[in-house]
Amino acid sequence: MNFSTFMSFVSYLKDGISLGAVYAIIALGYTMVYGIAKMLNFAHGDVIMVGAYISLTMMTKTGAPPVVALLVAIVGCTLLGVTIEFVAYRPLRKASSPLAVLITAIGVSYLLQNLALKIFGAGPESIRDEQKIISGSPVVLFNGQLAISRITILIVICIIIIMCALTWFVNRTRRGHAMLAVSEDRDAAQLMGVNVNGTISLTFAIGSALAAVAGVLLFSAYPSLTPYTGSMPGIKAFVAAVFGGIGSIPGAMIGGILLGIIENLAKAYIPSGSQVSDAIVFAVLIFVLLIRPAGLFGKNIQEKV
Amino acid sequence: MAVLDINHLSISFGGLHAVDDFNVSIEKGCLYGLIGPNGAGKTTVFNLLTGVYKPTEGIIRLNGADITGKSTIEINKAGVARTFQNIRLFKGLTVLDNVKAGFHNHYQYSVLSGIFLLPRKRQMENSMNERSMEILKVFDLEREAGLLAGNLPYGKQRKLEIARAMATEPKLLLLDEPAAGMNPNETAELMETIRFVRDHFDLTILLIEHDMKLVSGICEELTVLNFGRVLAQGKTAAVLSDPEVITAYLGA
Amino acid sequence: MNKTEEYQNEILKKIKNKERLNIAITYVMVIAIYAIVQGLVTTGNISNLLKGILVPTCVYVIAAISLNLVVGFSGELSLGHAGFMCIGAFTSGFFSKAVGDGLPDGFRFFLAIVIGALFAGIVGMLIGIPVLRLKGDYLAIVTLAFGEIIKNLLNVVYMGLDSRGIHFSTKSSMDLGLESGGKKIIEGALGISKIPKNSTFTIGVILVLVTLFIVQNLIHSRAGRAIMSTRDNRIAAESIGIPVTRFKLMAFTVSAALAGMAGALYAHNIGKLNTSKFDYNMSILVLVFVVLGGIGNIRGSILAAIILTALPEMLRGLSDYRMLIYAVLLIAMMLFNWAPAALAFRERVREKLPFGRKKKEVE
Repeated sequence: MNFSTFMSFVSYLKDGISLGAVYAIIALGYTMVYGIAKMLNFAHGDVIMVGAYISLTMMTKTGAPPVVALLVAIVGCTLLGVTIEFVAYRPLRKASSPLAVLITAIGVSYLLQNLALKIFGAGPESIRDEQKIISGSPVVLFNGQLAISRITILIVICIIIIMCALTWFVNRTRRGHAMLAVSEDRDAAQLMGVNVNGTISLTFAIGSALAAVAGVLLFSAYPSLTPYTGSMPGIKAFVAAVFGGIGSIPGAMIGGILLGIIENLAKAYIPSGSQVSDAIVFAVLIFVLLIRPAGLFGKNIQEKV
Repeated sequence: MAVLDINHLSISFGGLHAVDDFNVSIEKGCLYGLIGPNGAGKTTVFNLLTGVYKPTEGIIRLNGADITGKSTIEINKAGVARTFQNIRLFKGLTVLDNVKAGFHNHYQYSVLSGIFLLPRKRQMENSMNERSMEILKVFDLEREAGLLAGNLPYGKQRKLEIARAMATEPKLLLLDEPAAGMNPNETAELMETIRFVRDHFDLTILLIEHDMKLVSGICEELTVLNFGRVLAQGKTAAVLSDPEVITAYLGA
Repeated sequence: MNKTEEYQNEILKKIKNKERLNIAITYVMVIAIYAIVQGLVTTGNISNLLKGILVPTCVYVIAAISLNLVVGFSGELSLGHAGFMCIGAFTSGFFSKAVGDGLPDGFRFFLAIVIGALFAGIVGMLIGIPVLRLKGDYLAIVTLAFGEIIKNLLNVVYMGLDSRGIHFSTKSSMDLGLESGGKKIIEGALGISKIPKNSTFTIGVILVLVTLFIVQNLIHSRAGRAIMSTRDNRIAAESIGIPVTRFKLMAFTVSAALAGMAGALYAHNIGKLNTSKFDYNMSILVLVFVVLGGIGNIRGSILAAIILTALPEMLRGLSDYRMLIYAVLLIAMMLFNWAPAALAFRERVREKLPFGRKKKEVE
């Protein structure tokens, strides 16, 4: 392999990490909600889309700078996430089948998509360069053989910060401990005086805030926004969360990044790769699950007889 | 000849010897009790016998044939049936269907006969229905045959579990705390039923129980387990008067 | 005959009659709905839009019943049902187009349906063997993954037919190297076009009845008992000697085959086929029918599929708002049907009604 093919490989790898880091941010939200509320929040991907629309609206209608728009999006999505949980999911928490809340989440997903369609139209919306969360020329390395865009660098920094903050929060704070307790055994946690409803709300708040961040980053990196934009990244992030072992924070991050890398390398190196890259991502997932049925970092719990 | 012969049976979970060098030999037709404090490893012995766990060491023989390490399904086919400490019924099925499920390997017909309603289906279903009602009658559950198993009161659920196990036509029946949660009247009735079943169906029964009245009332022989090891073994009366058993288990 | 036996036979008879009645009601319901709709069609009292969704409704009804076999009776969550419909649609469409006028219409369509079901069943079995070892949400995500894989792979399939036989390529229809008289059949993302439009509402309803026949008889047989006992308690099922995995696989395979049949019906309705229709949204839509209609409740699946397919068309007058209303209704119906608080409220209301029903003991 000569240097320039190697550099092009590195370049694909870098794009994969960038995409994967966004998946990872979304997957963190998925995995926390799954770990603590024990539900697949199918609407999570659509919260991303809402986050992107809020930030875009802020910038175009009020002329707010991107950072302010991001903060508003975070607040908006947090409120949205907590409201969704309160109205649509909480009443079903003790339903006789776990499928009930899954289908309701699908309903919420349709609702968000169609609300966005009604308000913003079918799009796609684009974004001007100065409206991106970060702009400017890419960082060039190796005499121009490798260009790293600033958004890529920002995304990677974001995922590292988020990862550290979440790990600290879960392991070192009272509320974090409450989350662990609820995820381990909800009823026991309740008996020990943990506010289960509050803890689950908080989880949704954090997950949705992360979704807002992911939405803004995603939109800055891939500037095309429609009401359905969140859907596929949502599914992919879900796959990433399962891949890493659903419920595990490092698992979600590594799962997300691996997924992004696999997807990008498949697009680059496999014939008709752009059409079958999703198939390859899913095939890898299946392969991993068949070898490690609880994902890379998941705990395999056996039923007690 | 012994129906069940267990030699040097051991299993450890991550260094903990849950069952350690367990030996027992149970004669045909015997009503055998396995007792001991909570966490002594009684249910683990059942799980080893039925292939839920694979032993680290030891041999289990059923009528002389080695069944060690076989799957739960094979072991059931070989003639071992069980009930569970925490009742495991098919709650969405009727009482009748719970028992008929037990006949799964005894009255067979193909999926296609099932779908296309071939004559064999009707024959087999009729035989199953008759046999199931016979068994339900033994447990006084005939009247509830059409109810969903999940809607039965607790005591009847325990009985239904035994009935379902009986349908698999076992040689050896393992009962895990059959009287748990029953009132004294129900327990007395259950004792009668267990004896009747043993005599009527030519069975050997091994049971785990905490209710000493039931144990001393129907068990002919006993093994006492403590911390995974055999503490005492022999005729019921002798074992229950063993001072070591009294201190360790009955907590004198 | 002595007294005990008489008594036992009486009980058995009651149980059997209840079961027969339960099965019969479902057939009667479907036939009644068919009769009413046919009546509306012949008297011209039905809009063209609704007429257009008659066959698709049958497709969804079959898909929902077959998915219920897996979700309701086998107790496994599958999110890849559309993948099997896709296989059935493509294989049957390929067959019909390849045979063309070589066989009489009716017979060709019959064979196409059989082929669609057969291939979907085979693929279902091949997928089921490794996948059914997984449990719960993991199984769900893997079935979703397989559904997407099937769709994605079919997107790069090009197939054609000429006098030398079948040609295959993953690049383009030019690469097939067909003779001048050869015909392109599958054209990658464009899918298959000009499939003979053999599907009619009547055939659709017949296939619904076939599905019902298979599923209901399967459930009320030895295999069905094994499938449901595995659902209710896997460990207990093994303890009475039921080969759990085999019966899970059987339910999955039968379900996939029936989904393939639905796909074949779909393919011969509009005559044009591409994979994008069979994405996970379709799988989820079918799952919505099953859950909303009541898990394990076949009549519920049928009604939910009919209502939810017709609903968007009925709401068409509301133009832009229809999908919004659909979403809100879906959430509201789920909360009303499943939330413990809502169920308790309904129970209280029912008790207060003078002719309130007592709670049913056996379904």
